[in-house]
Amino acid sequence: MSDANDRLQAMLERIPYARFLGVRAELAGDEMTMILPFGQHIIGNPVLPAIHGGVLGAFMEMTALAQLSVKGGEERQPRVIDVSVEYLRSGRSLTTYARADIKKVGRRIANVHVEAWQEQRAQPIAALRAHFLVGG
Amino acid sequence: MSDNDIKTNIAQGMSQGSPHAREMGFELVSMEGGAATMMAPYKEIMVGDPDTGVIAGGVVTTLLDHCCGSAVHLAMTEFKIIATLDLRIDYMRAATPHKPIYARAECYKVTRSVAFVRAVAYDESPDDPVAAAQAAFMLDSSAGKPFLGAPKMAKGPAK
Repeated sequence: MSDANDRLQAMLERIPYARFLGVRAELAGDEMTMILPFGQHIIGNPVLPAIHGGVLGAFMEMTALAQLSVKGGEERQPRVIDVSVEYLRSGRSLTTYARADIKKVGRRIANVHVEAWQEQRAQPIAALRAHFLVGG
Repeated sequence: MSDNDIKTNIAQGMSQGSPHAREMGFELVSMEGGAATMMAPYKEIMVGDPDTGVIAGGVVTTLLDHCCGSAVHLAMTEFKIIATLDLRIDYMRAATPHKPIYARAECYKVTRSVAFVRAVAYDESPDDPVAAAQAAFMLDSSAGKPFLGAPKMAKGPAK
């Protein structure tokens, strides 16, 4: 296993909230896919049923953090400054996937975009844009 | 049942009727008009930084989203299924470990299709916020789709 993969798995294993949500990560080269298995504990609306919008936001935020950790070079966990979440489709009772795209890492700020999908990547269910404080 | 009882049912249904909100221990602590205040107790499962014990940003995101949704239900005159369209959050500082966190959301405008909400999350005082949010919700988001059953939490006015 690569250093990046070790860093990634160690990071997820250490975070109680990541363990609670049940997120996993798969790495192919530098391309990471985060996986959120469906479970009763993440349902927001039991009538539809739909995954809680906040959980999708949290999952994508974690995806961004994990992608930054794959990139490496950070002494401590980046801190989130702001996020903007767009909800496109309801999260159904299926596994959800997400991938992050680091748009820029400056000396202090990183800008990351994330997209989450279920059955088809071309039909995302939610998207997130976030800024993180890095370094320092 | 008065309008206010119905609204209380809907708002409490938002926390007790939602499996994720129950897991997180979200509790509606007060409501007035189109405003709701919700509390999340500090729980080990919420921790995002094991070195400091600070809860994950995602927990604050979820509490804010949930509280904003409750405020929309309180601001509407009838029960409608709602869905978050977008949610923007500024994180000002880390929440204090081992303390409950609160969110206060105010739905300041409801149109036929959309509701607009702003909210803050705080631990000690709303004047020293942990995070601030701005959200838009789509109303009647299930219109035109096959409906699986009546919402259990709302025995409110029929449309």
